Parts: sequence; C-alpha cells; structure tokens
Amino acid sequence: MYSEKHLFSKEHEWIEVDGDTALIGITDHAQQQLGDIVYVDLPELDAEYTAGDEFGSVESVKAVAEVFMPVDGEILAVNEHLEESPETVNQDPHAAGWLIKVKLSNPAQLEGLMDHNAYAEFVAQES
Amino acid sequence: MAEAEQALKKTPLAEEHQRLGGKMVPFGGWTMPVQYSGLVDEHTTVRTGAGLFDVSHMGEVRIKGEDALAFTNYLTVNNVTKLEDGQAHYTAFCTPEGTVVDDLLVYREAADDFLLVINAANIDKDLAWIRRHQGEYRVTVTNESDETAQIAIQGPLAQAILQRVCDVDLGSIKYYWFQRGKVGAYDALISRTGYTGEDGFECYCAAADAAAVWRLLLETGAEDGIKPAGLGARDSLRLEARMHLYGNDMDETTTVLEAGLGWIVKLKNTDDFIGKAAIAAQKKAGVTRKLIGFRLLGKGIARPDYAVVDQGEPVGRVTSGTQGPTLKQSIGMAYVPEHLAAPGSTIQIQIRNKLVDAEVVKGPFYKRA
Repeated sequence: MYSEKHLFSKEHEWIEVDGDTALIGITDHAQQQLGDIVYVDLPELDAEYTAGDEFGSVESVKAVAEVFMPVDGEILAVNEHLEESPETVNQDPHAAGWLIKVKLSNPAQLEGLMDHNAYAEFVAQES
Repeated sequence: MAEAEQALKKTPLAEEHQRLGGKMVPFGGWTMPVQYSGLVDEHTTVRTGAGLFDVSHMGEVRIKGEDALAFTNYLTVNNVTKLEDGQAHYTAFCTPEGTVVDDLLVYREAADDFLLVINAANIDKDLAWIRRHQGEYRVTVTNESDETAQIAIQGPLAQAILQRVCDVDLGSIKYYWFQRGKVGAYDALISRTGYTGEDGFECYCAAADAAAVWRLLLETGAEDGIKPAGLGARDSLRLEARMHLYGNDMDETTTVLEAGLGWIVKLKNTDDFIGKAAIAAQKKAGVTRKLIGFRLLGKGIARPDYAVVDQGEPVGRVTSGTQGPTLKQSIGMAYVPEHLAAPGSTIQIQIRNKLVDAEVVKGPFYKRA
C-alpha cells in the first residue's frame, strides 16, 4: 500500500523527492477518511511556505481537510487536472492524485518524516 | 473516547448497518451510518432510483386524550385544527420569545390521538418541554421512541418498490398523508413524507420488526437498484431541497421567522400557542436578519460557521453548506442582515483565507421534475 519512494507526515501527506524538487499529496488513508472528494483548493504558483503551513484543502461533500506542508518549499506546479477531476485523489492518491510540486528549501527536514513502514504503523495506531 | 462511544445509542438496525459495511459515526447521541457505498453514489441513487434510510433515531411522542388536539395546538405553531385523520404537517415548538425549540411532524391519527415526530438529539429536551406545559390539559404523553423504528424509502422508484410488499394502495396516499397497513407481515404507519426532495415514504414500525422490514425492502428493491443510504446523503439531499436542519439552520437562538419558517406559523389560528405573541410582534416589526439560501459564484465550498462578510465586516454566518452532488454547485444557507437578504443580492463568504462571492437565491436549490 505505502511505497518506499514516499515519506509521510503525521497530517497524512506523502512526499516524493526527486533531487531538489518533490511532489506532495494526501495518503490513501486520508482520502478514505474523507470519502468522495468533490473539490481541491490549491495554492498560487511561486508561493513560499514553511513546514506546517496550510497550503490548501481537499474537500468531500461532508467535510473539509486542510492540507499542510511537510517541509519548507516553493510552489513550482499544482495538479490542474484536479480542478476538473477531483475524484482522482480518491482513485489514485499516491500518483495521479498528487496535489503540488515544490522546490525544497530545506531538504534536511526530510529526516523528520516517516518512512512507509513507520507510517503504516502510525495509521494502524490511530484507527 | 471509549466512554463516549459506549454512551451512544444504537437503533434496532445497528447489525444491518454493520453487515452492509456502513461507516458508523456519532450523531445526536446515536451511532448512525454516515455512508455505505459512498455519499455521492447514495445521493444520486435517491435522485434517480431509490434509497433506504434508517431514521429510527428520530423520536416519537404520542399525545392522547380528550384534550390532545387542544394541547398539541398550544404546543406547536402550525394550526392543528386543520388536520384531518390520516394527515400530517410540518411544524415547530417555539419558546415564548418565538425561537425554535425543535421542528417536528404532527400526525393526526384521531381527534384524540396525535403522533409527534421529533429530532433525535432533542428527545429529552422536547419531552421535558411538553410535560412542563401540560398543565390542566387532559392528555397522556408517551415517549414511544425506543419501541418505534423509522425506515424511509425515498426516490422516484420508492412507491413501486414499497407497493410490492405493502397492502395499502400507496397511490391513494397524498403528500403529507398517511395510512396504517402492513409492510410484509409487519404493522406499519406509512406516510408520504421525506427529507430528500424526492417522492417517497416513511414507514414507522415496531423496533422488533425493523430488521425484517429493512431486509424485505432491500430484497424487494434489489432489481431496481435500491441502496441503503446514510446520514451523509440525507444531509446533502435535504440541503439541495433547502430543508432546514435543526441545530444548524435554526435553534433556540434564532426565531422561527428569522429562520424563514413563517409559512408554518398560523397566527390566524384563534387558539393561543407558545410563542404566538412574540412571533406576531416580530412579524409586525420585521426581522433584522434572515436565513437565506445562496449559491457560491467563485470556487470553494462554504461550510457551517464560516462568516458572511459585507464591506469587510463579518455580518452573518453560514449554517449549512456543501457542494450539491446533483446540482454540482456549491450551495448553502446563512443568516444575513435583512438588507442583504433579497434574492439576487451578492454576499461574500469567508472561506479560510479567501473571500468568495455568493448570490442569494430564492426557493429550493433542487426541485424534482
């Protein structure tokens, strides 16, 4: 379920690092908790955030989940496909349902995130 | 958490929900299914076929006796004297100030026998309210909530499905009328009522028979694609139909007139009722704020408690809001100052760090064809 190419935050975001950039999305566990996703609010390009900042929201009919930056970064791209097809986050949360692409400002922060085994355990404990 | 969960009440259908994979959540002191197959799927099924809802958490209180009509008429704002045997209406209990204690349905079974169907979270409060006002009225007040289950079958195919297992001619039951009959082998009160904006029925039966009735309806409707539907779909369906939810859209801090429920208040009703004087006075003076329906013009989804903003100042609050799965539009209800309440007015909703324009709209967001 949870891939070793991802690192995970306690707020249920995943991050996939590629050099000094990274893709960020929400985990399968998070999308399951939300149910049918009908709207995704994503940030402006070039916006700069620090770890823990809210950068947008992922919303179902019933609920809204704010999404938080797992690390410091600058927004390079957002997944524009989600505007038309927000349900992609349900269908493929760890790949096609990515939310943002960032330029990492402080890669050392990756050390503080969970690997896939630790995250699976974290989810198991939470539920 | 474990303690809170233990304290939650279960409906007689709890095992059915588990078997069907219902996702259970706490609601008004009960553990209830919020969804089974998925909210949007269930919502769409109700709009196009039929959905089955467990609404057994709702409360049922019977008022019987010589003064049952007079007492019910004193307790509620609608005119109970207009009801005939077999007829029901939507109404409210109000405080002497005209604010809303609860909204409810009143069913007239006979001139001396009324069934009041109240919100689950308000059962204890309403019973205390009813008993506090009983005074000299010669009535017996019975809380039948625990012995009574309520199953709602809603959607354009609801009548066809229910008719296959029901001995009452459903076609003869008009909107907001009811009959007693059998569903399968089980006694039930069947009313053409609902909370979805679709045609449909609500079946009240003994708690002990609930699981059998529930299964029978799912089996009978299987060929028509009937699905169990949870509270999530119930909420999005009722909001598209612009029906009020007690606790969100009105409560004891909002008057029945501010809530836009003036149509259920019958001031010409010659009998006195609790709240009548205050409501009459407010009607004369006019309300200063009003519950309106809105649709969002920009992106986002308005949620309960988001602020309504005018000229940079917070002037009201959203009480219900979602993206309507049928409308594919972001809709909601909000209290706004009277001068912003006219249909066509533009208001702004504070959605986290953004202000999003919304248009005040009249009437239901969704109306069935």
